[in-house]
Amino acid sequence: MADGTPGNLAGRVVVVTGGTRGIGRATSDLLAQAGAVVVVTGRDEVRVKTVAAELSEANGVPVTGVAFDVADFDAVGAAFKAIAAQHGRIDGLVANAGILDDALIGMIRPGLVERLLATNVAGTIATVQAAARVMMRKGSGSIVVLASIVGENGGVGQTAYAASKAAVATVARSAAKELGPRGIRVNAVAPGLIDTEMIAHLPKTLVEERITDTALRRLGDPADVARVIRFLISDEARFVTGQVLGVDGGLVL
Amino acid sequence: MTEELTDQLRKVFVEALELPAEVDVENLKYRDIEQWDSLGHMTLVGAIEDEFGVQFDTEQVIDMSSFKVALDMLRGTSVDG
Repeated sequence: MADGTPGNLAGRVVVVTGGTRGIGRATSDLLAQAGAVVVVTGRDEVRVKTVAAELSEANGVPVTGVAFDVADFDAVGAAFKAIAAQHGRIDGLVANAGILDDALIGMIRPGLVERLLATNVAGTIATVQAAARVMMRKGSGSIVVLASIVGENGGVGQTAYAASKAAVATVARSAAKELGPRGIRVNAVAPGLIDTEMIAHLPKTLVEERITDTALRRLGDPADVARVIRFLISDEARFVTGQVLGVDGGLVL
Repeated sequence: MTEELTDQLRKVFVEALELPAEVDVENLKYRDIEQWDSLGHMTLVGAIEDEFGVQFDTEQVIDMSSFKVALDMLRGTSVDG
């Protein structure tokens, strides 16, 4: 980035996991608008390629798509190897891929916990590790992971999900300490209730209640989170690391 | 060719780990010296990957416990032709 503004990420190679929907897609779009060379990842190869083509056409910059499951450690390593080989560098990672699965205490199956931890925690660690290895060569980079307001405050029916997101926040804090001396910043964003497919299953009354609990009296838009991620990826945030930044409109749980 | 590879790898070790001249590089093992700790290890791996145009798997990174193992790993990636 030539002038250090978030509007100019020209030439920066940024990988966005889970980049085909919701916050991930909005982030990929904003990064591409800023001139970044975006690599969108997801599990569904057709969808990944389609979204990459759409973002590329809309923004006039190359956007590529790579399909893999972040819960598969070996697949993550292979994918980042291929990305590094193709682009020669990775400047940014948005470790956004995650799943949401709610269950009240008494109805939490072991498989649900395992799935949440495999994707949200192990998947985040795997991508951070794979990206950091490439970033270390240049001695610079910025990583943003996706935590959640429920990871900080908890939520009814979200014991397992909240635990996984609390873990993600600690991934950012630990990785920031370890990678800081190598010029790599690591931060987390903790979104509140954001209007994406992930909350489509929530009862309308609960959503209205949450809006009332939000100081800004509305749901978040994926772009609200994406703007903060773009800031953290950019050199505007060059002295910011190890932070978990709430993007929740003042929601109090 | 093998000797060239050994020399080239020795040079990478010396530069990446900032080794003093008296260190017996070819018999060096992980954590033998202060410079080759876990952080130094990642620097070393990156330097080897850059020098030889290879990328090691996580298991290989963890298993690279000595100069000799690193040399064998490079031979396994066809660097030695």
